[in-house]
Amino acid sequence: MDYTKQEYLDYVQKKSPNSKLFRNMLFAFVIGGLICTVGQGFGEIYKSVFGLNEESVKTAVPITMVFLGALFTGLNLYHKLAKYAGAGTLVPITGFANAVVSPAIEFKREGYVLGLAAKMFTIAGPVLVYGINASILLGLIYYVLGFGK
Amino acid sequence: MDIFMRFFNAFWVGGAFCAVAQILIDKTKLTPARILVAFVVTGVILSGLGLYDKIIEIGGAGATVPIIGFGNTLAKGVFKGIEERGFLGVFTGGVTGAAGGIAASVFFGFLAALLFNPKQK
Repeated sequence: MDYTKQEYLDYVQKKSPNSKLFRNMLFAFVIGGLICTVGQGFGEIYKSVFGLNEESVKTAVPITMVFLGALFTGLNLYHKLAKYAGAGTLVPITGFANAVVSPAIEFKREGYVLGLAAKMFTIAGPVLVYGINASILLGLIYYVLGFGK
Repeated sequence: MDIFMRFFNAFWVGGAFCAVAQILIDKTKLTPARILVAFVVTGVILSGLGLYDKIIEIGGAGATVPIIGFGNTLAKGVFKGIEERGFLGVFTGGVTGAAGGIAASVFFGFLAALLFNPKQK
């Protein structure tokens, strides 16, 4: 068989099991990194143009990213990006927004209460349950150990 | 730190969190929902140990935009709540701190689901 060097490299690439992981990681890294860079961009604008302090920026940026995540999910663009990005579109808070919106849209036909509204929390619900419980547990430890007043 | 470095650090810190999650997806078959849960709880723990502030200092939005930063917001909220209200703060602090993200998800999520319809496959 005649292989050009490139074809051979492609062949090896396809055969080696770790290359898929590496490729997925690279896509996740680059796209996830870019989403965070966009967030940084909004942060810089909020700080320098609108004069928000550090604390407010930390609130305003996630709100902005949630808005964008919801919008791009609605426009059916987020899942196209997710096909390549994997965890790169899951881990940023835009992915949380995506997890809220996408089942909500899908189950809208089952009604606005038990369809749309209930399904918003299919994935967001567990995140809130474990996140909030972890924070309360942390608070209890912190309080009992006497760090609070 | 000049602005280019802030963008660069946001990129690689945020990207690194996503790459770690990708390894978990590919190697452990953890579902995306479990990864989100694990990351939020990890964020709460790292913040409780006082480690996450350092990561934010370096990564900026690279540390606050990933869902692990949501755990940080919850944890910081609890600390602040306890400082201001004592024991009650254990319960009120976390959600208060994370109120922006939670309310935005509920509001924008609801709006988006109202306005857009499922795509025909």
